[in-house]
Amino acid sequence: MTFIIRQIAYKADGSEIVRDTEAPQTAITIGRNSDNAVHLPDLAVNPAHAKLEQSGDGALIITAISGQPFYLDGKSVTNGSIDPVRGAELGFGGHSIIISRDSESAAALLTVRRASAVADSEEERDLDTVYTLQGKLPGKRGSAWGFALLVLIACLAWPIYSWSNYKELAYAEKAKRPDGPHGDAFWSSGSMSLAHKSLKEDCQACHVEAFVSVRDNACMTCHDDSAHDHAAKTRLTAARGKPEGFDAFQRSVANAFNKPEGRCVDCHTEHEGAGAMQPVAQQWCADCHDGMDTRLTDTKLLNAADFGKQHPQFRPAVLLSAVEGDDDSKAPRRRISLDDKPSEDNGLKFPHDVHLKKNGGVAQMGRRLSARYGFGAALACKDCHVEDPNGVRFEPVDMKENCAMCHSLSFDKIGDTFRQLPHGKPELVKADLRSFYRSTSPRRPVNLGSLPRQRPGTAARQRTAGDYARAVRFRPSRANQAIAAVFSKGGACYDCHGVTDNGGLNYAIAPVTQTARYMHKGWFDHAPHKEEKCTTCHKAETSGKASDLLLPGIATCRECHGGEKQSASEVPSSCAMCHEYHADGGAPWLIRQQQKKKQNKKRQKMQATKPKTVAQK
Amino acid sequence: MASVAPAKPRAKAGGRRKTRNHEGFLRHANFRWLKIALLLCIMCLVSYFWVDVEPRHNGGTWYGYMLGTIGVLLILWLTMLGMRKRAMTPGGWSLKAWTSAHVYLGLSLIVIGTLHTGFQLGWNVHTLAWALMMIVIISGIYGIYAYARFPQSLSANRDEMTETQMIDGLRSLDRQLHDAAQPLEAEQAALVLSSLEQDPFAGGALQRMGNRYPRCATRAAQAELRRSRAYQPRMGDDPLDKVDALLAKKEGVLGRMRKHLQIKSLLQIWLFIHVPMTFALLAALSAHIVSVFFYW
Repeated sequence: MTFIIRQIAYKADGSEIVRDTEAPQTAITIGRNSDNAVHLPDLAVNPAHAKLEQSGDGALIITAISGQPFYLDGKSVTNGSIDPVRGAELGFGGHSIIISRDSESAAALLTVRRASAVADSEEERDLDTVYTLQGKLPGKRGSAWGFALLVLIACLAWPIYSWSNYKELAYAEKAKRPDGPHGDAFWSSGSMSLAHKSLKEDCQACHVEAFVSVRDNACMTCHDDSAHDHAAKTRLTAARGKPEGFDAFQRSVANAFNKPEGRCVDCHTEHEGAGAMQPVAQQWCADCHDGMDTRLTDTKLLNAADFGKQHPQFRPAVLLSAVEGDDDSKAPRRRISLDDKPSEDNGLKFPHDVHLKKNGGVAQMGRRLSARYGFGAALACKDCHVEDPNGVRFEPVDMKENCAMCHSLSFDKIGDTFRQLPHGKPELVKADLRSFYRSTSPRRPVNLGSLPRQRPGTAARQRTAGDYARAVRFRPSRANQAIAAVFSKGGACYDCHGVTDNGGLNYAIAPVTQTARYMHKGWFDHAPHKEEKCTTCHKAETSGKASDLLLPGIATCRECHGGEKQSASEVPSSCAMCHEYHADGGAPWLIRQQQKKKQNKKRQKMQATKPKTVAQK
Repeated sequence: MASVAPAKPRAKAGGRRKTRNHEGFLRHANFRWLKIALLLCIMCLVSYFWVDVEPRHNGGTWYGYMLGTIGVLLILWLTMLGMRKRAMTPGGWSLKAWTSAHVYLGLSLIVIGTLHTGFQLGWNVHTLAWALMMIVIISGIYGIYAYARFPQSLSANRDEMTETQMIDGLRSLDRQLHDAAQPLEAEQAALVLSSLEQDPFAGGALQRMGNRYPRCATRAAQAELRRSRAYQPRMGDDPLDKVDALLAKKEGVLGRMRKHLQIKSLLQIWLFIHVPMTFALLAALSAHIVSVFFYW
C-alpha cells in the first residue's frame, strides 16, 4: 500500500510547483517535524500531529497523535475515517490536504498546499490607506452628510412641522399647545420674560405667520384693554420725523425685510432672558421728545431727552382757585413752571414755620399733649400729614384728625363731655352758639338772695337783682357777639380759614381744596424716598404762608437722580421711572415692577415664617 | 505645511532673484492675513463697545445682523478651501495664500461670531450654530498645531524609512520567525504563531493615538518564551535563542511602526472633526437663518 504525497508550492508569479513523493507504507504521520512523511512547516501544526493509516477495507483512518484536533471536511475532530474514493479535505493550521485516489496506481493521493499566508503581515494591503485613519473612524464625507442631515431634521424640519401643526391656535387667547417637546421651541433665542413665561411653548401666540414679523394684533389678543395709545399715529410719526442718514438706511432695510415701523415689539423686546421684561430704554422716548418742538410745532410739551441733562423744570398743575367739595380734580388748574415761583390759595391759612419751630407756643403745646398724641419735642410733619395706603402720596389734612388735637372747637362742658362747634358747617356753628346762650343763664351773682353777703340796705339788693334780671333778659343776644368773635380775627374759624363778612352775622368760609397730586404727567412715589427727611425736599420750615407751593424743583431731584446713562449719579433714572408710555394715570411700569417685587418678597417672607405644621398636615 | 521656522532673508546673488527657502502658510507674505484678520477683529471689538444699540447687544440688532452677515459670508468662503485645495496654483492667489487667509480669517470668526451672539447663549439652534463654529475653529487650531509640530517627529521616528519599507521589514522578520520556530514544541510554536497572526494595523483610532498595545502578541510571546526557558540549561544551538532575537527585533520594528501610526493619526484626526462639523455647521447655520426669518 502506498501514499502519494503531492506538495504544491507557489512561485512569486503565482504559478505552481508540484512535487510528488511516494511513501510505500500502510501508515504515515503528518506533522511539523521533517521526519514526518507529510511535513507541514506550519507553526499551528504539532511536531507530530496525526497518523494516517489504511485499514483492511481500503478506508483511511486518521487519528490525532497528541490529542490536538485537526479539521476533517471543515469539522474539528481528533479522529476519523476517510474513503479515498470519495475523498476528503483535511485542515492542519494554514495547510490543507486533499485526499483522493490516484487513478493510475490506485494509491491514496494527498495533495498538500498552503492555504493561508505564513503571517498576517504577508496579507495584501493598500499601502495608501493602511497607515491612515481611514476605516478607523467614520468617513469624513459620510459623517459630514450624516451630521448635516441630523441638524437639518432636528433644527429645521421638526420646528417647521411643529409650527404647521399649531398655527391654528394663533389669535386665540389662552389657547395652549399640549405639553411635550415642540421643535420650534428650539428656535427660541432666549427665555421669555416673567410676564410671558406661560407662552414659552406657544410660539404661535406671537409668531403667527411664517416669514411675517410679529404684528400688534398678536399682542392685542391679550392686551386690548391695557395698551393705551400714547398719541395719535399721525402725531407719533410727525414727532419722530423723517429718518436721516443711517437711520433712513436702517428703515429701508427693515422695510425691505417686511418689518414695519412702530410695532409694540419695537419697544417691548422679548427673548431677552428670564426675569422681568426690560424697561424701555430712554432712547426710545428721546427719539421723539428730543427737539420735538421742531417737528411737532403745535405741541404743548417741552423737549426732553435725559433727566439729568435735558429735562424741563417741573410744571405742576397749580390750583387757580379752590372749589367747594372734596373732589380736588374739579378745581381749575394751570401748569406753571416752578421757575416762575407759582403760589396758590387753597383757602387755608397755615404757617408751616410756626408749626415746625423747635420752641415757642406751638412746640410747647405739643410737648404738653405729647403723652396723648405721641408728639415729640416739637411738631413734625407726620403729626399732621398721613400717607395714603400705598405710601405714594398723602391723605388730605383732616381737621378732626390732624388739627383738632390742638385747635379745639370746644365751647361748653357738660359733665365730662365737651361740646364742639361743628366743623365745616358755619350755619350750625351759629345755631349752636345761639342755642348755648339761650339755654344757659348768666352766672348768678353771689350776693343775690344771700343775706350774709349783702350790703346793708335795699338799694344794693335791688341793684343786684336788677342787674341779674337784665343779664338774664339780654343773655340770648350775647350769642351774636360770640358768633362775630368766632368768625373774626382771633376767632377759631378765622385763624385757619378765609372768612368773608357779608354783614348781619352772615359769614362765608372760603372753599378749601387740598391738592393730592400736582404732577399729572409724571409719577412721584413718596415710599421709596422715606430715607430722606421731608424737609430735604419740601422747605416747610421756612414757609410762613399756606400759599407757598412747597414743591421741590428739578434741581432737588437731580441731587440724586441722573439720566439713564449717568452711572455716576446715585440713581440713574430712565424716563420710565416717572413716565408711562401707555399712560393710564397709574404708576409707571417700572415702578409697578418694583412694587410687585416688594410684594413678592413680602409674600415669600410670610410663607417662610408660616408654621410648617400646616403644610405637613 | 505649517513650518514655524523663521523665513530666511531673501538672498541676493548677482542680481538674480532666488526663490525663498520654504515659507509656511502661517508666515505667508509677512503675515499679511494675520494683520488683516487682526484689523477685522479690532474693528469689530471697538465698534461693539462704541455702537450703542438698544436694548442691548444681540444677534437681532442692526449691528448684530451686520456681524452675522459678515460671519456667514466668511464661513461660506472658508468652506470653499475644501474645493480650492484641489487646484494648486502659485502667486498672490496661490493655495498657500488662500490657506493663510483661511487660517487667520477663520480665527477671526471667534471674535465676530461671539460678538454676534451678544453673549446670549442658550440651548437653541442659534447657540448650536455658534458651538459648532467654535468646534470647527478649535479643531482647526489643533490642526495648525499638529501641522507645525508632528511632521518633524514623524520624520525623526521614520529615520528615512518609507512606509513600504516598514511593512517589508516586518514581513521579512515574520518569515524568519516562521522558519526559526519550526523546531519548537507545540506550545512555544503557538506563542510565535500568535505573534505572526496579529494584525499590525489592528486597533481603533483611540488605540492608535494613544500608542498603547497591552495585548501585543509579540511582546507576550517573547516574555512567555523567556519565562519558560529561564531555568532550562543552556545547551547551545537552541532554536529559542534565534526566535527570541527575532522577536526582539520584531518588537523594535513594531514599536517604530506604531509610533508612526500614532503620529500620523494625531496629524489626521482633526480633519475627521473639522470637516464633518463644518457641514453640520452649515446645516445649523441654514436652520439658524431660516428660523430667524421664519419667526421674524
